Amino acid sequence: MSILANPETRVIIQGITGHYGALHTRLSLEYGTRIVAGVTPGKGGTRFDEKVPVFNTMADAVRETGAKVSAIFVPPPLAADAILEAVDAEVDLVVCITEGIPVKDMIKVKRAMEGKATRLLGPNCPGLTTPGEGGQGCRIGIIPSLIHKKGHIGVVSRSGTLTYEAVSQLTQRGLGQSTCAGIGGDPVHGMSHLEIIQMMNDDPDTHGIIIIGEIGGSSEEEAAHWIKGHVRKPVAAFVAGATAPPGRRMGHAGAIVNAGVGTAAAKIQAFKEAGVAVAPNPSLIADTLIQLL
Amino acid sequence: MCRSARKAQRIAQKLFSNGLDKVILKAQIHSGGRGKGTFKNGVKGGVKICQSPEEVINVAKSMLGQILVTNQTGPKGQKVSRLLVEGVYDIRREYYLAVLLDRVTSRPMMMVSTEGGMEIEEIARKTPEKIIREIIDPAVGLMPYQARKLASALGFTGSLLHSASQLLAGVYQTWWENDATLLEINPLCMVELPDGRMSLVVDAKMSFDSNALYRHPEIAEMRDTAEESPLEFEAGQHGLNYIKLDGNIACMVNGAGLAMATMDIIHHHGGWPANFLDVGGSAKTGQVAAAFKIILSDPNVRGILVNIFGGIMQCDIIAQGIVAAARERQVKVPVVVRLAGSKAEEGNRIIGQSGLNFTSAAGLDEAARAIVQLVQTPV
Repeated sequence: MSILANPETRVIIQGITGHYGALHTRLSLEYGTRIVAGVTPGKGGTRFDEKVPVFNTMADAVRETGAKVSAIFVPPPLAADAILEAVDAEVDLVVCITEGIPVKDMIKVKRAMEGKATRLLGPNCPGLTTPGEGGQGCRIGIIPSLIHKKGHIGVVSRSGTLTYEAVSQLTQRGLGQSTCAGIGGDPVHGMSHLEIIQMMNDDPDTHGIIIIGEIGGSSEEEAAHWIKGHVRKPVAAFVAGATAPPGRRMGHAGAIVNAGVGTAAAKIQAFKEAGVAVAPNPSLIADTLIQLL
Repeated sequence: MCRSARKAQRIAQKLFSNGLDKVILKAQIHSGGRGKGTFKNGVKGGVKICQSPEEVINVAKSMLGQILVTNQTGPKGQKVSRLLVEGVYDIRREYYLAVLLDRVTSRPMMMVSTEGGMEIEEIARKTPEKIIREIIDPAVGLMPYQARKLASALGFTGSLLHSASQLLAGVYQTWWENDATLLEINPLCMVELPDGRMSLVVDAKMSFDSNALYRHPEIAEMRDTAEESPLEFEAGQHGLNYIKLDGNIACMVNGAGLAMATMDIIHHHGGWPANFLDVGGSAKTGQVAAAFKIILSDPNVRGILVNIFGGIMQCDIIAQGIVAAARERQVKVPVVVRLAGSKAEEGNRIIGQSGLNFTSAAGLDEAARAIVQLVQTPV
């Protein structure tokens, strides 16, 4: 029905009492997300909006609620600690929304997560939505729920608002989504395009896939090589940043082209070789997929 | 390093008594192009070779306290309050050394090559086999065996193997402790000392992770805003991410990915973006006003495309900000506004009723076509 989460998934919000955490907790609850606990050190024993119990630690929250997914809305200096606290509490998935975490902190986090079963989505990502109707959806993160429609297309992206652009194109053309996942724009991050695509490929409810990539790194190329040998579902892609000047960081810390590595041209080429249809411009992302269906 | 001519002479004296026949004086300013610069007192060159202690004291006096103008300082120049005094050695070999993040493994990586003095991009193109990489486990750091492996691969033996390994360990430590994104030493020089022994000297360049500057006030302090593009600096002050480009169609977009995609679609329709500008996912009206001001400071701008996908940031709020800023700035170039997502209709109504001569576009494609056409049509 979807990957990583579904409307039954029980979710903890780390940083639930902060401005951003509180705002999105309310929006996610409205959408039907089962947010069963919040964590804010020092505020344990209280309730958020008189509904959601707040705990001091992730260990307490997981023990009391049995939740298996957490979302992180804490400030950047505290984010590495929050991720590893969730890993220590043995949740299945951590979705880290926080933007601006030092690279060194993420290098340490990735090293510490080696061999652990917990998966990390993000950081610096819009999160994960399993669209649902009538308050039956699951929204973990910040993706605006109004753009979604329940359906069978999986969307995976490194970007935020560009993902919304693609999702709303799909919805406008009557195509709903099974899962929409943002992997984040940082150079050191958790799950890659490839891992999400592998899951979408195995998900019987996902009938087509949209990949949104951008310049920098080689995550798109890696995904393309795997798609070539394994994916029989229709796949469309768009790569942002063809006009970006080399050597400059384009907003996302990961979006930088150095010494010819990570160019849009190379990524587009890799997708084409893998049989992925590449949208010639960002207004045709949904249409490019529709042509394959 | 010294602040007085007398101290410079003392340092030079010591170098001469070690058997060197030349020393070099370098004016310490936060800018490049020093060697070819000119002091406001008429003296030429902020980098000079001296052959006697007497010459050192005279040259030092002519530099200290004076204003040095180079092709990078701008006409105002910079005051020289410190000098670096170094020996001039015979360079025997040049190497390349760098520490950076390896994105594939998410671990630090040390990279060395015997082909120093060349740009690493050039080495990678011409002789990729001469670049040697060592991935570092961040849990333990660069281990001594790894440093020896790299030093040995560079051809160091005997006592130089040990001093090179120590140098590599120190370089990694410096990269890690300072939250650097890149530490590059090019060239790393092997020099011959007057007594015939070999030694290593370096010319280092570092860039730092801006997300980590909060824990390095001493590095943040070194930031010289005079060296940055004033528009990019001002954008940063308002929490905007702005990069000036060469085209004439300015863009204002929320989100980095959508901002890049907007540049791409302008280009796709035959236009050329004047900038990358991400107002952020939760931009406020004040930021929109600042964004307009920055965009309009670029004299090349002939048109503006505003592309906002409202989520948490609602389009009606943004539309109010756009209208207020446009009135205040008296925008004279054509503006196309594309609002989508949350409260897009309300936002478009605000733009439509503002009395401003703005074009509203529903889709990204329509918006890009419209602005390209408006900019290309002669007024």
